[in-house]
Amino acid sequence: MKELVCIVCPRGCRLQVDEENGYAVTGNSCPRGAEYGKNELQHPTRVLTTTVRVTGGVHSRLPVKTSTAIPKALLFEAMEMANAICVAAPVQPGQVIVENLLGTGADLIAGRGIAKG
Amino acid sequence: MATYELIVVGGGPAGLAAACQAWEKGLRHILILERDSELGGILNQCIHSGFGLQRFREELTGPEYAGRFIEMLGDTGVETRLDTMVLQIVPGKDGAPHQVHAVSAKEGYQVLEAQAVVLAMGCRERTRGAISIPGERPSGIFTAGAAQRYLNIEGYMVGRRVVILGSGDIGLIMARRMTLEGAKVLACVELMPYSGGLMRNIVQCLQDFDIPLYLSHTITDIKGHDRVEQVTVSEVGPDRRPIPGTEMVFDCDTVLLSVGLIPENELTRAAGADMDRRTSGARVYENMETSIPGIFACGNVVHVHDLVDYVSAESERAGAAAAAYVQGKRAEATARTLELKNGDGVSYTVPQTVRPDEAGKTVEVFFRVNRVTGPAAIAVRDGEGNSLTGFRRAHLAPGEMEHILLPGNLVRSAKGPVTISIEEDKGGSAR
Ligand SMILES: Cc1cc2nc3c(=O)[nH]c(=O)nc-3n(C[C@H](O)[C@H](O)[C@H](O)COP(=O)(O)OP(=O)(O)OC[C@H]3O[C@@H](n4cnc5c(N)ncnc54)[C@H](O)[C@@H]3O)c2cc1C
Ligand code: SF4
Repeated sequence: MKELVCIVCPRGCRLQVDEENGYAVTGNSCPRGAEYGKNELQHPTRVLTTTVRVTGGVHSRLPVKTSTAIPKALLFEAMEMANAICVAAPVQPGQVIVENLLGTGADLIAGRGIAKG
Repeated sequence: MATYELIVVGGGPAGLAAACQAWEKGLRHILILERDSELGGILNQCIHSGFGLQRFREELTGPEYAGRFIEMLGDTGVETRLDTMVLQIVPGKDGAPHQVHAVSAKEGYQVLEAQAVVLAMGCRERTRGAISIPGERPSGIFTAGAAQRYLNIEGYMVGRRVVILGSGDIGLIMARRMTLEGAKVLACVELMPYSGGLMRNIVQCLQDFDIPLYLSHTITDIKGHDRVEQVTVSEVGPDRRPIPGTEMVFDCDTVLLSVGLIPENELTRAAGADMDRRTSGARVYENMETSIPGIFACGNVVHVHDLVDYVSAESERAGAAAAAYVQGKRAEATARTLELKNGDGVSYTVPQTVRPDEAGKTVEVFFRVNRVTGPAAIAVRDGEGNSLTGFRRAHLAPGEMEHILLPGNLVRSAKGPVTISIEEDKGGSAR
């Protein structure tokens, strides 16, 4: 039995995950918690949010996020990639900045638009 | 003098939701005044995800959540003036329009008139002075929110080796953010025996990166001449005083303060609205009207919220009520009122007062508890101690705002002030 706190929503349910019984989850208040508990012990993932450089815009940084959660172990490698990127304004909200980031299947996408400035 | 039906002060999520809702309810002359160069308020710097789970059933980042409301506003005819700072609000007497004084570089000093005003100025961070840490005064000490703005909007890293004082959500979020950007976060230090932030943030911001959380600890000394060089952290006893002999020393160049937020209410106070000492915000009725008829308030300027979804819902109530006021549906000065009182375990309620005959089907009440509990009941009792209703909770914590819906009928028939209190289950003692 492993004890976890579900981080999917602010409710923060305390989960018990039974590793010996097919990662059966108890303590969750909704199905998303069961899925989280199962994944967290086998292949934990996180959505990465960070910024990338922008030139020629009203701001010099663009907030970005991965379109889906990526393996936790790749977070720092993904940060390195994001920090090497520079995009030119204008940027549209939701615009894909990097396709298939590190082969994870997730895209790095713009969290807002940035007008030319 | 330019005249509006409604002027909204502040273009953060609270102001945006109030303005959209007032438009929806039929007002056509609405103006938002915002001192920043863009709408969205504090959400623009909150690039992490975790917004909108309640409202949109999606996990959005701060800018994405703000973007949804800015887009909605674009479909209305609500006017906005950016880079415009409101300096003063002069309430109109006996139903006369209110005056709003503002200044901007482009248009200079402006005096505007509005039948109703919504205050949505948000809050600011407590600074070091407000909690008085002993030690030297070198550079390298920032509020967590200021560091967040530097990093996420301007692109500046404020330091490399960091100690965070306070375990509020902003501090936790910044611990992760600084770590991902290559800084070493040595410790998160919390005075209270429990964290002020959400449990999910403790897990995904501290535990994910093995950052230690020291509960019942505080910073007792800061050393450094030009820049922070070292901080001393000590354990505190139940009286919250440092215990000699428990000192730990951290070599670091940066201290981030996440020691709470204070509603930004200079305008509210100067206008003469009744204030609540416990929330540091205006006292409001169930429709978010302040003690000044026609002046409403919503969002962090009323009380500090942890979830923006609740800010939006509360602000829509304020916007709808402001529209009703302009359309002539005004509460009589003689309307019957009912106080909501804080019983055991409750540190404040919003609203503080209800006008039962004005209330609709339900009255939404937000409150915070003053201690961590296990399974407990939220008890609602009338002036004679009779139970009106109750709500079950598996656990309660000061870091997590609670809300309950009281049936309007129940409030209308209640005898005397209504008290909300926490009744812990026997055996389920406080952790
Ligand atoms: C750093 C931080 C992190 C957060 N993280 C989360 C999270 O992860 N999830 C979540 O759900 N919630 C989070 N919150 C809470 C949520 O973002 C806030 O509750 C919400 O933004 C409050 O909205 P508001 O409109 O009341 O205030 P704000 O967003 O602060 O907006 C107030 C606006 O009023 C303007 N203003 C103030 N005074 C004047 C004046 N005199 N004249 C003109 N304009 C003025 C300001 O410039 C600002 O734009 C966070 C809050 C903070 C501070
Ligand atoms: S189990 Fe469901 S309700 Fe509980 S924290 Fe996870 S997502 Fe939220």
